[in-house]
Amino acid sequence: MRVSLFVTCLVDQFWPEVGTATVEVLRRAGCEVVFDERQTCCAQPAFNTGYRDEARAVAERFIEIYEETDADAIVMPSGSCGAMAHHLPELFRDDAAWLPRAERVAAKTFELGSFLVRELGVEELGARFDGRVTWHDACHGLRDLGIRDEPRRLINAVEGAELVEMNAADSCCGFGGTFSVKHPDISVAILDHKLAELRDKEVDAVVSGDVSCLMQIGGRLQRQGSGIRTLHLAELLASGVEA
Amino acid sequence: MSIVHSTRPFEEDAKKALADDTLRGALRHATDLFAGRRLASIEGIDDWEDLRERGRAIKEHALFHLDRYLEEFVANGERAGVKFHWARDASEACRIVGSIAARVSARKVVKAKSMTTEEIGLNHALEGEGFEPVETDLGEWIIQLAGELPSHIIAPAIHKTKGQIAELFVDKLGIEPTDDVLQLTAAARKVLRSYFAESDLGVSGVNFGVAETGTIMIIENEGNIRMATSLPKAHVAVMGIEKLVPRFEDLEVFLRLLPRSGAGQHLTSYQSILTGPNTGGEGPDELHVVLLDNGRTGMLRREVTRQSLACIRCGACLNVCPVYQQIGGHAYGSVYPGPIGAVITPQLAPGDRSSKLPFASSLCGACRDVCPVKIDIPALLLDLRAKVSADGPALERRGFRLWAWMMRSTARYRLGAKLARLFPWAWRGRAGAWTDARELRPLARRSFRERWKRGELA
Ligand code: SF4
Repeated sequence: MRVSLFVTCLVDQFWPEVGTATVEVLRRAGCEVVFDERQTCCAQPAFNTGYRDEARAVAERFIEIYEETDADAIVMPSGSCGAMAHHLPELFRDDAAWLPRAERVAAKTFELGSFLVRELGVEELGARFDGRVTWHDACHGLRDLGIRDEPRRLINAVEGAELVEMNAADSCCGFGGTFSVKHPDISVAILDHKLAELRDKEVDAVVSGDVSCLMQIGGRLQRQGSGIRTLHLAELLASGVEA
Repeated sequence: MSIVHSTRPFEEDAKKALADDTLRGALRHATDLFAGRRLASIEGIDDWEDLRERGRAIKEHALFHLDRYLEEFVANGERAGVKFHWARDASEACRIVGSIAARVSARKVVKAKSMTTEEIGLNHALEGEGFEPVETDLGEWIIQLAGELPSHIIAPAIHKTKGQIAELFVDKLGIEPTDDVLQLTAAARKVLRSYFAESDLGVSGVNFGVAETGTIMIIENEGNIRMATSLPKAHVAVMGIEKLVPRFEDLEVFLRLLPRSGAGQHLTSYQSILTGPNTGGEGPDELHVVLLDNGRTGMLRREVTRQSLACIRCGACLNVCPVYQQIGGHAYGSVYPGPIGAVITPQLAPGDRSSKLPFASSLCGACRDVCPVKIDIPALLLDLRAKVSADGPALERRGFRLWAWMMRSTARYRLGAKLARLFPWAWRGRAGAWTDARELRPLARRSFRERWKRGELA
């Protein structure tokens, strides 16, 4: 299967290792990976902050790029950008020209973990990770795309990794895009409540499917001097394997 | 009084709440309890999702044809002896209730817990005309005694601890200090009972109005509503026009949805189903229904905003909201707090303070998952954000315009990324809102696209 990677702007700029790991994992699952270098952003920041015109402008470009692809699927290492791609038709609800184009692209777009399990039927990727990990359900992957079991199945197939469920794994980490800087106090209060659930779990890493949540969680853990790492699902699935 | 009661900026109210550990402890305990009970109560209900879908569909249909159902409701109610009054806004509604109170020469007015009467500021208005409104729901009465405002749709005193309530009773009722809940409720009961005997007018809200029969239904657990609506000579029910359902049998759907979503009960202890006054020798001689608009017809116009009127005020979205769990109801500065409050407040009471509320959400979607009538609250929040951002802060607006311009071109995107690396001080200095409590991951030395371009992933 031919897969076009949308790496997301955050991964591209802040956490390229996640992109590298995504390519690695997809290839191991038997995919041919292509990367359209014209890509930028999925339009989510503007959409979520209420700037519809700006969101549409960026979304149009996203659609233009990906409707041309000859790949079978567009895959991204993010549930929230994936959810945004599925919101695209909403953004063009009153636009007869763009709506079908948005729908076509949305239908081809997948989040990495759910793509592996649901579309490819792959769980075992030959990864190895020695340690206790816990899964944070990122909100948009969970509630917009219905991703809950898939990442857990993938983690359980990682040799040496022990999945420890924290209480309320599905509660928000408080990131919420611009919410995290518009209301930093509330954002961090929500986060601290979440992190309190980790206290006696003795995990080595928090794993999630979105680098945005991981930057929020990791940024706080680091500030608190915690030794718990943050890992993207792709990084976990690519770990311990000779390239 | 407007439904927006705070004059301070939202951020300030939120900060105050976050600094109050007692409040946050109480909130944590109560919201977890409610959310847990809700889950337990729907466990084993195989058709729960189907039920939610039916609830949503009934509401959607009723709202779409609201004009027709209102006429039907009034015609059937009048046949049963109900007197209807139309109120365009809060002050008109208050005047109507006041004039009924004057006519039946009531002094004490016993009140059933009702968000709609909170919305119109009825107590305040009645007091202004020399009446003495007394709340008879325990939580609501505690709030009234304390001179505070409710902070939750179904649990008005959710922000108070048992200890605080005991102190209040010692102070206001002169009871002996105790932390025994039974003694506290017994003390309250003694006072509250006497009110019913002394009052000529009972005021309530309405949970559901049935167009087909002109019936109103009110549900509760304490029995005080049953008394407030049956013992006094007259009963006035204040009802938002959105509370209608077409058929009597529709009540079955909502009687299964609402108690479970609210307090996690299979059924509330009391459901008063009232069709006209004095049925079978019981009940009040007069039954008045005040139909309140107060901004609702404006919300009917668009499909997105119309959803906001489907709310059955169960409070489930508050209990699971990470923001509400941290700051509680008062910080919203509105009679209606939490996710649904952030949606209806700016629509019912447009203004600076309320327009900020849709941004007080991480858009996690937990509210949408629990809402018994499947209101897409995040979509509504986004819709309201879009309305506000059109004339949002100039700096932010310019920022997003620049951002869009950059993101529309790969060359500009790459240039932006390069500049951000060359001049980190230009943007990192502004990142204080983030870095006050969190480390900010540095930009990677080389982006993913650079690595790809150089063939490192080949
Ligand atoms: S919006 Fe839904 S969950 Fe929230 S109070 Fe209304 S009915 Fe309940």
